Amino acid sequence: MKKLLSPAFAKDSTRLVLSVALTFVGLLLVTFLIGRVVPIDPLLAAVGDRAPAEVYERVRVELGLDKPLWQQFWIYMVKVVQGDFGRSVLTSNVVLDDILRVFPATLELATLATLLGVSLGVPFGVIAAVNQGRWPDQLARVIGLLGYSVPVFWLGLMGLLLFYAKLGWVAGPGRVSVAFDDYVTPITGVILFDSAVQGEWEAFGDAFRHLILPAGVLGYFSLAYISRMTRSFMIEQLRQEYIVTARVKGLSEARVIWRHALGNVMVPLITVIALSYGNLLEGTVLTETVFAWPGLGLYITNSLLSADMNAVLGGTIMVGIVFIGINLLSDVLYRFVDPRAK
Amino acid sequence: MNAGAPLLTVEDLRVEFQTRTQLVRAVRGVSFSLGREKLGIVGESGSGKSQTGRAILRLVAPPGRVTAKKLEFDGIDLMATGEAQMRDIRGKRIAMVLQDPKFSLNPVMTVGKQIAEAYRAHASADRAAAKQRALDMLRAVKMREPERVYAAYPHELSGGMGQRAMIAMMLATEPDLLIADEPTSALDVTVQLQVLAILDDLVSQRGMGLIFISHDLNLVASFCDRVLVMYAGRVVESLRASELGQAKHSYTQGLLAALPRIDKPVKELVVLKRDPAWAGERP
Ligand SMILES: Nc1ncnc2c1ncn2[C@@H]1O[C@H](COP(=O)(O)OP(=O)(O)O)[C@@H](O)[C@H]1O
Ligand SMILES: [Mg+2]
Repeated sequence: MKKLLSPAFAKDSTRLVLSVALTFVGLLLVTFLIGRVVPIDPLLAAVGDRAPAEVYERVRVELGLDKPLWQQFWIYMVKVVQGDFGRSVLTSNVVLDDILRVFPATLELATLATLLGVSLGVPFGVIAAVNQGRWPDQLARVIGLLGYSVPVFWLGLMGLLLFYAKLGWVAGPGRVSVAFDDYVTPITGVILFDSAVQGEWEAFGDAFRHLILPAGVLGYFSLAYISRMTRSFMIEQLRQEYIVTARVKGLSEARVIWRHALGNVMVPLITVIALSYGNLLEGTVLTETVFAWPGLGLYITNSLLSADMNAVLGGTIMVGIVFIGINLLSDVLYRFVDPRAK
Repeated sequence: MNAGAPLLTVEDLRVEFQTRTQLVRAVRGVSFSLGREKLGIVGESGSGKSQTGRAILRLVAPPGRVTAKKLEFDGIDLMATGEAQMRDIRGKRIAMVLQDPKFSLNPVMTVGKQIAEAYRAHASADRAAAKQRALDMLRAVKMREPERVYAAYPHELSGGMGQRAMIAMMLATEPDLLIADEPTSALDVTVQLQVLAILDDLVSQRGMGLIFISHDLNLVASFCDRVLVMYAGRVVESLRASELGQAKHSYTQGLLAALPRIDKPVKELVVLKRDPAWAGERP
């Protein structure tokens, strides 16, 4: 905690905030240019191709499209900062409302998948590294290899077939059963959280049974990646001299591995975990399709397929914000794990 | 402890590494015994000094294989000791200071925690007592601000301070034998002597045995009671430090001649002549 108050940290944070702001403006600029320069005439999309010329012209002025580009960008920026992305043609909702509805679904899925991936992948990687070349290592390698070579939709379908259709252990596609549709008052939109806070345990159970399979499938891929990286970081750390020191002190092997070596592995691992989490938060179209999961990936893809520009740009900005957020988070965590980080 | 018997007896110690291409014989039949005295081991880089030290702690890394006719510490047969009992000996009875504190201290753990941990591994002390012990040890190695060093991370210390912290850590449990593997080689010349003096003081005060590994014959001679000279994995000469002048082995004589001396400026650098016969089996 001391660290957060130090002047060095304050100076550093200023630099961080500046770089975040700059990244954000860059993101807006790119999405703005895409929105204006990409061939589809934004006006035509708004008025339809049978509108008379005077209507077309009036709307052009209304939308500010007659102004110079830099001014348009400024207006766009102000709007985006206020959360105004316009309306979606496809859903005829305000884009922000759409995003606030779909993002929690993705957030819930990605978070549980990452928790699974980390809580299993890290121990897996450590055990594989410690038993390098022996059967636990081989096993971890096979599991990891499957995670790289099996397509996600296939694993999802097989999972549904086995655990839902055959065994009935989990619920089918969708976030909740029909009976629980709009059952819980949304607070955050993350159903597990909202239902738990309101003590609606039946709804919680239902949501969990829907969530566990897609989260398991994504978690498996995250596990494959995280365990492989953990293994190689761990092997590198176990070769270091401070490990010899720890053994010279007569510490137990468990302490040498899980405290000393893993403590150092956490430094590079944070970036890896953040990256994998960020990827999942971006929305995973295939998984969301297989499980009829109304998340960000599906939303952006559908909008893209129907040339729903406002929705696409809104979704893209959301993805950008997520990445900036994840980077920020991993940066802060990094400082806590590695005392050498200035 | 039996007063008469030596603290450590090593007989025909061998360390071998089977690599993909060849068998590396790092230590090839080293024998010596040690009381509560300061024994120096000198030899050029790669002559097997470190592996000898690590073999005593049974910490030779795989694929290294250790064999010995006898490896006995205070009546305990170290070759027959199980891993669990070995952990009781490591740190508590035999400790080791490694070469470079930049690498031998855990970079993400405070120095104080690392010292306290060494102590707590063997003493039934609570957190507060262990901290007190760590602070005492930091004072014993002449840290000016023990509280600050306790809370510092290794990268915040200079090399000399890091090595003093390392010594504090290894002596916190009052071991009977300390192996110091080139403890000053990575340090600036100016702090080498300071660290050495602290080490010498503490070892003498506590009446411990010390194995001091170095490639610097001069340093070893000034510091130790007895010197083993190693070459290519074997001991080629064993001498009292005061009798270095009477070295018989030409490798030792070569090492002595290579030392720069203040009273006789060197005209040209002496190149150590090696004789393949030194590395061969003894007659
Ligand atoms: N893992 C290993 N595989 C093969 N050879 C090794 C290994 N570790 C050490 N050696 C060899 O052991 C020999 C002695 O090393 P060491 O005891 O560290 O020498 P010193 O400390 O005297 O410089 C060296 O020649 C080195 O190449
Ligand atoms: Mg060495």
